Amino acid sequence: MRSFHYERAATPEAAVRNFDTADARFIAGGTNLLDLMKLQVETPGKLVDISRLDFAGVEDAEDGGLLIGALVPNSDLAADPRVVARYEVLARALLAGASGQLRNKATTGGNLLQRTRCYYFYDLHSPCNKREPGSGCSAIGGENRILAVLGTSENCIATHPSDMAVAMRALDATVVTLKRDGDRRRIALADFYRLPGDTPQIETVLESGELITHVALPPVREGSRQAYRKVRDRASYAFALVSVAGVVRMEDGSIAEARLAFGGLGPMPWRDVAVEQALVGQPPSPALFERAADILLADAQGQGTNDFKIPLARRTLAATLRDLTEAR
Amino acid sequence: MQFTINGQRREADVDVRTTLLDLLREHLALTGSKKGCDHGQCGACTVLVNGRRINSCLTLAVMHQDDEITTIEGLGSPERLHSLQAAFVAHDGYQCGYCTPGQICSAVGMLGEVAAGWGSHVSADLSSPGLNTDEIAERMSGNLCRCAAYPNIRAAIAEVGADHASAAATSARREGVSA
Repeated sequence: MRSFHYERAATPEAAVRNFDTADARFIAGGTNLLDLMKLQVETPGKLVDISRLDFAGVEDAEDGGLLIGALVPNSDLAADPRVVARYEVLARALLAGASGQLRNKATTGGNLLQRTRCYYFYDLHSPCNKREPGSGCSAIGGENRILAVLGTSENCIATHPSDMAVAMRALDATVVTLKRDGDRRRIALADFYRLPGDTPQIETVLESGELITHVALPPVREGSRQAYRKVRDRASYAFALVSVAGVVRMEDGSIAEARLAFGGLGPMPWRDVAVEQALVGQPPSPALFERAADILLADAQGQGTNDFKIPLARRTLAATLRDLTEAR
Repeated sequence: MQFTINGQRREADVDVRTTLLDLLREHLALTGSKKGCDHGQCGACTVLVNGRRINSCLTLAVMHQDDEITTIEGLGSPERLHSLQAAFVAHDGYQCGYCTPGQICSAVGMLGEVAAGWGSHVSADLSSPGLNTDEIAERMSGNLCRCAAYPNIRAAIAEVGADHASAAATSARREGVSA
């Protein structure tokens, strides 16, 4: 690990103020950042420790939703009785990720910002545009079993690894931040991540030194069913090959509302409104689920060893919709 | 820097880069916690921080100066084994033993999580999880055993878990609470 300057921030204002060099990083749980620092994928000159700031609680929001502190550990969030009762898709997604030890340390804000697990991003000896802009992408034409089939560019085919963020995307979460100039802003998770394009090293719309303080969840309408279905290479403690987070509400035998987000397919938790529009107002059927999958995967592009993800996504979507609509 | 480890105040002059695991092993001679992968993948370094299990390799010592840290050395001694240590011996829950301190610290934390009512990926009902073989396997998936002593590890944990559950039921009855 390269040497760095360490400061513990006493207040959020001090945290953003102390983020005074471009190579500074906030550290909270540290489970991803320290891993990357040991490998020298990340070499920050300064760590601003935000782990003791007062963002470690879950509060009821005025709109009937929840306001989740950015420092709430993944395990606490998954066990919160309000999350279990009202946002089961989120609890299920959190519990499908990582291990008990990691969930105890990893935070809500850090989970959103975790980096891809692309093998080449981790390997300093391989070109990688995300790690070293302009050096090339080793995954295209290389080993890409775990990588993306949607939203890629010729510069990067990395996937976003989070399960939690997929559920939050389906739940229409909003990220609340504090900027270096003291302004606060609310960013819909839909607008939070960026596609790789020509700049795969820029993954979110956050400005330098902008601190995530909370994640807000709006209420879910009563009568909705929720599910998180994750397909992976082993039964536990593995990243998603494909995952689907679904929130579906039925009315008189038809789908009245459908919110679907996908993990393992793209560089961000993936959501496609056209897929949901195709489902709404229709009685559930295998043919309908096939049409939804056609829309989702119309632009999907396999890269060789990840081609299997396209039929896998189709089946995982159909299985999730079957469970949520009870169309058997 | 000052730390509270196994109930004792300890001091060490260490670089801010030092992980909690390296502090324990290299600076305080607490070599029970093991370094396996050093990347949070194997669980051999698991310790308890304020009663919660974490990977000590993936956190900086400097961030834990105000915390209560418990390592395998603080759970029991050869003369007075912790109930999980005794159960691992009774069930032969190891072969080479390298992962065992992490397995035991992790199991202590895990049983606390079950007692707190935390669900898991395999819980049918997240609000009232039980502790069966599938639950133990899922909840312990962050601890790898290269010797694959898993059946006996699960048996050791199941025995202590069942004792916990019956002790909790007894105390609930004593307090007039119906389970």
